[in-house]
Amino acid sequence: MDTFLGRYRNLIVLAAILFAQIIGLALQVRRPSDAGETRLIRLWAVSAVTPIERAVIHSQEWVKNLWTTYVYLHGVRRENRELRAEIGQMKIEEARLAEDARMAHRIQALLAFKEQYVDSTIAAQVIGTSGSEQSRVLYIDKGSNDGITVDMAVITPSGIVGKIAQVFPDSAQVLPINDQFSGVGAALKDSRLQGILKGAPNGATTLQYIMSDEKVVPGEEVVTSGGDRIFPKGLPVGKVVSSEPGKDLFLNIRVIPSARLDQLEEVLVVTKITEKMPDAKDLGPLRASDILAERLPTVPNKTEVDAAGNAKPGGAVTSGTTPAATGSGTAAGTAARPATPGNGTSKQVVGGTTIANKPAGAATAPPAAATSRTTGVVKPKATTPANSRAVGTVAKPSNNAAPAATAQPSQSGAQDNGEASPPAKKQVKPAPESTPNAPSEQPSTPPAGAPPQ
Amino acid sequence: MSTRVMPFRGSLTSREQVSVYEFSWPTIILIPLVAVLIQIFIPVKVRFMPIIDLPFMVTIFFATARRNPITGCLAGCVIGLMQDLFAGPSHPLGMYGIALTIIGYLASSLGVKIDVDNPGSRFLITFFFFAIHQGVYFGVAQGLLRQGLQWSWSHTAISALANAVIGIFVYKFLDRFKQR
Repeated sequence: MDTFLGRYRNLIVLAAILFAQIIGLALQVRRPSDAGETRLIRLWAVSAVTPIERAVIHSQEWVKNLWTTYVYLHGVRRENRELRAEIGQMKIEEARLAEDARMAHRIQALLAFKEQYVDSTIAAQVIGTSGSEQSRVLYIDKGSNDGITVDMAVITPSGIVGKIAQVFPDSAQVLPINDQFSGVGAALKDSRLQGILKGAPNGATTLQYIMSDEKVVPGEEVVTSGGDRIFPKGLPVGKVVSSEPGKDLFLNIRVIPSARLDQLEEVLVVTKITEKMPDAKDLGPLRASDILAERLPTVPNKTEVDAAGNAKPGGAVTSGTTPAATGSGTAAGTAARPATPGNGTSKQVVGGTTIANKPAGAATAPPAAATSRTTGVVKPKATTPANSRAVGTVAKPSNNAAPAATAQPSQSGAQDNGEASPPAKKQVKPAPESTPNAPSEQPSTPPAGAPPQ
Repeated sequence: MSTRVMPFRGSLTSREQVSVYEFSWPTIILIPLVAVLIQIFIPVKVRFMPIIDLPFMVTIFFATARRNPITGCLAGCVIGLMQDLFAGPSHPLGMYGIALTIIGYLASSLGVKIDVDNPGSRFLITFFFFAIHQGVYFGVAQGLLRQGLQWSWSHTAISALANAVIGIFVYKFLDRFKQR
């Protein structure tokens, strides 16, 4: 026996060490309830190393700043001149974009969509990595003492980076989007196709679960879809590099991230995301085109007028209709925003005018209304003044919220499905009672992160 | 400051005896620690750094210098577990530990048989052992943990080559800490 142990001592020791580690691995196989917990030994190790890393990084930054701020100023004047010119161009571009944003906000307000806003962020510095190719995690110099918690989004101005995977007192571990265990809800910006962005062992990122019969063009931008409840919707993710049929029924779409994940130095940790309705009061005055559009006569939709000439409830919208009101139109306004029974006609003041939220044209509309066109409905018994405001009305209530109201005669043919509110006075007039028994509904608020499209 | 000599068992070289080096305790503790720290710190600034595996090189260095399989096993186990500590949340402790334990054992076993002090043999040892290291890691991830890694021969070959080239200089530097 002694001879055997002496002869195979090395192998026995090797087997014993390997066996112990395999047992250790088996004990670490995660159960669902263990997800997110940090092992104490890792906590100790990271806590011991973090001060060293911080000291090295900060001293390096200090020297770098000293050099760039006080010593190396060659070309600053020329660069300043170029930047001023660039600012001038950007101001022009910003004015155009601001106009587009106002319009988008106005539409969102009309659709009663909640928007997700990045309310507060914490700037953090990348101080370390996993040091291996198999794991691409990063370490930042902010931790639970700074308010960081697990699953917070980590972004840069150019695009998303990843999410917080583990938190230590003075540091945190970030799981970047190109890690093979990462997954981000993403959508193609133009086609609005949604998939999951996953990392690969070689650091590539692919957009998965998009059917192979869809057309995806290289160069198309990818943004967050908000479906993962971690990243706010609409943040830049990257661009499509290539798209080819993959295994199964899905496309193999390679995406190059917008953020330079291999050269990260500073990142922003999103500590608070708020959801709120776009504030339509701050959107400024209406554009002339909006006012003109509401005064234009609408096209009658015969499916909405019954034999007696009475308008059916719901589904009717007037000029400035939105996709949400189309029963057969885009799925965004219907499927994504199921309407729920409301408390009668609800009205909003949008852009200085009165808008009625009338959801009946969407998912809960009667079949006839669900197929109605968005161009408007002639409702002989529920006419409104010519200057009634109906721009972008999502859907109309059933007009039973204000039984005492009387319809006012139409002077120009513009139909408003019962809403009468002269824009000049910005008053809300109750709707005429055309279908007293029809249930009045109000658009529901989409769930947080639900893609309004 | 001591150097032991031990006879070659089944020597593959012309030498009949080989030196067994010893190290001071601070060296034994600090070199692996610094290697792991550099490994997790430098990639922030240097893009290609994750390809270079300094803890792997340190394991080979200690294993071949000591020429004792048990010491090689233990060195590989400790250094690998240190490397595991800083890997991601989906990276259980022991993956690098197992891989480097085997590498430490093989390197020290080979160190008994051949001369591992010249740059040529160091290049070859590092090149082939890196491929074995990657293979063991892949086997553990795939076989024990079902992690679904993708094996790439070309990437492994390039990484092994890069580690072998840089390893020559790293070993040359670490030779200074050998006690003769």
